[in-house]
Amino acid sequence: MEQVIGNISVLATMPIFNLGLLIDGLMVGSIFALAAYGLALVWGVMNVKNLAQGDFIMIGGYLTWNLDRFGFNPLLGVPLAIVVLWGIGWFLYRTVVSKVITRDLFTSLLATFGIAIVIQQGLNLAFGPDTQSAQADLPTLTFANGLITVATTRIIGFALAILLAVAVILFMKKSRMGQAIRATAQDARAARVLGIDTEKVYSFTFCLNAAICGATGALVALVWNVQPFLGTTYSIRLFVIVTAAGFGNLPGVIASGFGMGIFEQFGGFVLGAEFQQALIVLLLLAVLAVRQLQQLRVRQAVQ
Amino acid sequence: MSRASLHPLTIGSLLLAGVAAPLLFPAYTNQIAVLWLMIVFASTWDILGGQMGYNSLGNIFFFGAGMYTSAVVQIGLFYDVGMYTSGARTTHIVFTNAQYFTGFTLGVIAAGVVACVLALVTSWIVFGLRGPYFAIGTLGVAVAGAELMASWEWVGAAAGISMPVFPGGPEAQKLFFYFLLFGLAFLVLVFLRWLYSTSFGLAINAIRDDEEKAEAMGLYTRRYKRTAWAISAFFLGIAGAIFGNMTGFIEPRDIAFPTTTFNIFMILMVLLGGKGTFWGPVVGAVIFHVIKEVTWTYFLGWQFVALGLLIVIIVVYFQQGIVGWLMEKYPQRFGIRVAPKEKEVRSHAIGFAPNAEGAE
Repeated sequence: MEQVIGNISVLATMPIFNLGLLIDGLMVGSIFALAAYGLALVWGVMNVKNLAQGDFIMIGGYLTWNLDRFGFNPLLGVPLAIVVLWGIGWFLYRTVVSKVITRDLFTSLLATFGIAIVIQQGLNLAFGPDTQSAQADLPTLTFANGLITVATTRIIGFALAILLAVAVILFMKKSRMGQAIRATAQDARAARVLGIDTEKVYSFTFCLNAAICGATGALVALVWNVQPFLGTTYSIRLFVIVTAAGFGNLPGVIASGFGMGIFEQFGGFVLGAEFQQALIVLLLLAVLAVRQLQQLRVRQAVQ
Repeated sequence: MSRASLHPLTIGSLLLAGVAAPLLFPAYTNQIAVLWLMIVFASTWDILGGQMGYNSLGNIFFFGAGMYTSAVVQIGLFYDVGMYTSGARTTHIVFTNAQYFTGFTLGVIAAGVVACVLALVTSWIVFGLRGPYFAIGTLGVAVAGAELMASWEWVGAAAGISMPVFPGGPEAQKLFFYFLLFGLAFLVLVFLRWLYSTSFGLAINAIRDDEEKAEAMGLYTRRYKRTAWAISAFFLGIAGAIFGNMTGFIEPRDIAFPTTTFNIFMILMVLLGGKGTFWGPVVGAVIFHVIKEVTWTYFLGWQFVALGLLIVIIVVYFQQGIVGWLMEKYPQRFGIRVAPKEKEVRSHAIGFAPNAEGAE
């Protein structure tokens, strides 16, 4: 307890630390926002809640780590993860996801949970349970007499995350496929009537999401670390982000992604890193409780 | 409405099976004890998942909560818990027979009660949520339980607690916990049989079929949901207390709140056996557990990969379960009357949702 108060007073007396945490939070948040956007996409278009989202991220991370291990530049992990995860996404769509789209929501949740377990355990068998991270060997920048340190990898991660997000958003707005995806999300039946091959749209959306996760994972391996069982934590984080924003609300998803990053940095600093997981889960429960209160209000208004 | 009690023959054969199993297979007493635990898991999960249509991913929370409650009660009655669990402890602590059994009895009772109370508290958060939000919310509760226990020094944090040692020999210990778990499973089955025959059973079925309509008909759905959740929590809490003492060592992530093993087993067993039927969870538990125990060691580390694949396969291709499939195939055997010409289309629901009628 004293430690917590001590940490808070450090933040109050040394405002420069706040800036450091804020910068870190934004950089981390940009990565969350990217993956959360993928989750919201699949959720909105196909009504599938992908509990394996975090584990897709871990696959991307392990690909990057392996590149690093075999002496390649880990930054190459981003395009590699996009390609590989696109393939994995396609395979999973064909074998599992296409069969659960029309079923009830719990089915898709449980099926993706099964996929998540397979991926976790597979990674565990292949690479062991240790925490790993890719080293890009880039310098760390310091500002304000060494009080703020920013690793160059984080800046690169941030820039790449923004770049990818912009690319995906432009794709959704401008391209023919993007339009078809948005049309299917609005009304799948009407889209089908108007000649859109919704089956193809679903398949494409799921692959796109997997690829986004792969890129995110590559950035995670660069900026942070990967571990087979961390996937679940990412999945929960992304659910918190999307649930807090509402899945149809793209700017909201991005904003709450940044919010999550900042919240985690400050929470981790004040309470200590070992509470980080508990903090995320409690935040999930808090978000769900708040959402419920909102619904309660709507319900009263209707009555 | 189904019969209020099990057929005397069924009761007889259950008791016979329970007593005969450890005598016939003395080497497998522990495995069979865990089988009864699995039946408790599956049957209590089905109260919500099958009968009420609320698919919870976090029932394991109450199992772990019961385990920790009993540990704290058993130790706390006689010693200081913080001292007992501290890693720096060097003294060897012994519980006398009287201390062990008083502590254990009180611990089991406390576990049930605390799990019940926790169910009522968490119901405020989770029962406003529907469908997938409910599943994710309950998963959140379970993970939160594990993480909080893992960072709480007083109860040993991630290092866990060594439970008081059973005062008898290893054989006596095996049989003691075997009969406790068997008794619990038996109690659960008898109780659920009665519960599903009451208007409470009909009410939770109504919630599963159409919650809005049930509410419009004047059912106070929230109260029913909360009660059903508390019932399953009560039994899971007790099961946790017994299992914690049986293993002798408890730890938050893998033993008390194992979200990816026991927690997912319960759902899998129910889906395998047949959701929303009385015997489905039992059949599923027996088949799943026997297959798991027999084949587990041959997978050489790939067990959990196989488990994940099994989940995907059952969920995607065989969700009606064994009993559900049998009911669809031979409806007359289950006392379901089928109109001669009308072909019923049931594809819209969650696979096959049988009536409460004659679900024996």
